[in-house]
Amino acid sequence: MEPKVSIKLPAKDAARVERFAEITGVNVFACYQCGNCSASCPATEFMDVPPHQVMRYLQLEMFDEIVKANTCWICAACITCTAKCPRGIDIAKAMEGLRQIFLEEQEFARYNIFDIKKKVLEKLPQIALVGNFRKNIL
Amino acid sequence: MKRIGVFVCHCGINIAGTVDIKRVVEAVKNFPGVVYVEDYKYMCSDPGQNLIREKIKSEKLDGVVIAACSPTLHEKTFRNTVSQAGINPYNCEIANIREQCSWVHTNMEEATEKAIRIVKSIVAKTLLDESLVPIKSPVVKRALVVGGGIAGIQAALNIANSGYEVVLVEKEPSIGGRMAQFSETFPTLDCAQCILTPKMVDVASNENIKLLTYSEVVDVSGSVGNFKVKIKKKAKSVDYEKCTGCGICVEKCPVKVPNEFDRGMSERKAIYTQFPQAVPNKPVIDRENCTYFQKGKCRLCERVCPFGAIDFEQEDEVIEEEVGAIVLATGYELYDVSNMGEYGGGELEDVIDGLTFERLLSSSGPTSGEVRRPSDGKVPKTVVFVKCVGSRDPEHHFPYCSKVCCMYTTKHAMLYKHRVPDGKAYIFYMDVRTAGKGYEEFYQRAQEEDGVIYLRGKVSKIYKSDGKLIVDGFDTLTGRKVQVEADMVVLAMAIRPSSGAEKLFNLLKVSTDANGFLTEAHPKLRPVESLTAGIFLVGCAQGPKDIPDSVSQANAAASMISVMFSQDYLIHEPIITGVNEDLCSGCGICVAVCPYDARKINREKGTVEVNEILCEACGACAAACPSGAAQQKNLTDRQIISMIKAILEE
Repeated sequence: MEPKVSIKLPAKDAARVERFAEITGVNVFACYQCGNCSASCPATEFMDVPPHQVMRYLQLEMFDEIVKANTCWICAACITCTAKCPRGIDIAKAMEGLRQIFLEEQEFARYNIFDIKKKVLEKLPQIALVGNFRKNIL
Repeated sequence: MKRIGVFVCHCGINIAGTVDIKRVVEAVKNFPGVVYVEDYKYMCSDPGQNLIREKIKSEKLDGVVIAACSPTLHEKTFRNTVSQAGINPYNCEIANIREQCSWVHTNMEEATEKAIRIVKSIVAKTLLDESLVPIKSPVVKRALVVGGGIAGIQAALNIANSGYEVVLVEKEPSIGGRMAQFSETFPTLDCAQCILTPKMVDVASNENIKLLTYSEVVDVSGSVGNFKVKIKKKAKSVDYEKCTGCGICVEKCPVKVPNEFDRGMSERKAIYTQFPQAVPNKPVIDRENCTYFQKGKCRLCERVCPFGAIDFEQEDEVIEEEVGAIVLATGYELYDVSNMGEYGGGELEDVIDGLTFERLLSSSGPTSGEVRRPSDGKVPKTVVFVKCVGSRDPEHHFPYCSKVCCMYTTKHAMLYKHRVPDGKAYIFYMDVRTAGKGYEEFYQRAQEEDGVIYLRGKVSKIYKSDGKLIVDGFDTLTGRKVQVEADMVVLAMAIRPSSGAEKLFNLLKVSTDANGFLTEAHPKLRPVESLTAGIFLVGCAQGPKDIPDSVSQANAAASMISVMFSQDYLIHEPIITGVNEDLCSGCGICVAVCPYDARKINREKGTVEVNEILCEACGACAAACPSGAAQQKNLTDRQIISMIKAILEE
């Protein structure tokens, strides 16, 4: 019987890996898992998977796990993680990259601009709206 | 023209397996200058060496080329062989047809062709080789040790015990350094004072050691074997000949200032000895805080001194010492807590650094070893320890690991639990590095027996709320945010080179790395030497390290210095890069590129001069010289060109 493993390496998600690198330019291998991003993030408690674990999944190319998590959608892009990271990794940019990849793939896009209520829309920062709008049209 | 003999080695099948030796021998016979060629299975063996010696005599050879392995392996062997037969050893050259030919090729035809060309080029070089004589220079058999911490003490004691004089310079009033401030030492928990102070006493009583405390090196000239050092002896304002160290002056002095030795947690007088076990155990007057020196009156110490030892007129004195070698043991200091804005930036009184906590644990410290926090003297019931503060943070602070924090933080938590058994100790860490004898066991013991809780994650911030210190962190192992309400926080701050050391390093022109630590001549094979000959590096000046490593380095440096002093002359390879004064325009480009500080401009002559002892023949100057005046001995431009010609010739 084949032994049961929960992480099989190497993962095969080459297209997303390439797209992620292209969009963000973030070298995820600089991360040494200190957890400072997760400690300083004001929204960690609302995330299924804390930011440093998203970075770990990125190192192992486990995009399927990231898709399942709400992390990048909870992320408010406050950039505290980036400011705190001792290795100078732009984690906020990584989150933005993930959002863009999943939006491009449509089926994984959690939010569609047309589903957003008018009341909420009025409160949303313009840049978030424009960005979202552009991604949806593409 | 020279009469050159070529000896081709088979090296068993190492060379002969890939290179057609017969063809090489035939080809070599026709090279200009070659009068004799012979091949042998193992040229480095006794019969092989005998063969060379015989042929030198019978064929009247005055140049020898050995086609064999790399010169790093047997150049010395064969140069000895030829000199036994009466040839100057620098007329013997090695053509490397093993590492650079037979071992890296498989095609015999091509390898043989390459081997022939290699031999040909070396023959061309040998034709132009000069006879050289090793350079000799006298050695002053005295050493200077800068820094009286454990590394400096150990180095000084060893050199002195080998029978050579040592000048030990310490900028503080007492030797002992950082180790004197420590409480107990990992992993055996023996008290730092108990193992250090006997050594300090040994220093004071050793006849070969000239101890200069409260002193600083202000100028250095000369080079290996012959340094001239100027040392400023700061005015102690106390005549040490008369002073008995009775301490009445200290007792009566009315001025109280924060005690640096206790990291500001206690007070000392303006006339003071650093700590009770100080060596020398005699006070100095801190003139900046002395009422007499600042306001012109008081002189109470003078009145109470039964021996008339107080001397307000004493002045700084600069003395000159001649030494043959210098040991740099300038030690370290901790990166200041004020640099960590997110951890209170030094504003939170109960957020302290590791060295301050050492003083709290020390039985001779401000609290006599009871753990009491600085703000209100209460015994903290929850203490958080944070590792890698400033270290391993290339983005904001320093990229390197400070090496000792894993162990001393474990020790801190353990000793805290011993002192306050009902207290809670938490350690935030990123990794635990316990590479050392007994270290891993020590770390396991802290968890198993003392119940220290390790939390894997970096602390994001520390702030005060309702009189408690709130430590916000993360445990990456459970994936949860952690918040600890602490009474005290101890930060394992990054280890930095001593702040005054940079000036000294510049004075000595020894190179440092990007973080200010001294650079060793070779990271593995010459770990205690600097790139400047005669200057040695020990202890934390070279990089963060613990006591056993510092002591080992000090022993190593001392033994290297003893080897150096055991000879009457320094012998230096004659292969150096000289100056042709007729061609040199004194532009100084070579002076700027020389990594060994061996070249300088002679203003009178208008040319560059070389210190032959310092030159390591790296060739940087020869490559940089625009006029061809800098020529490396036996590797002149003319030789290199004729070698290239020989290789390319059809």
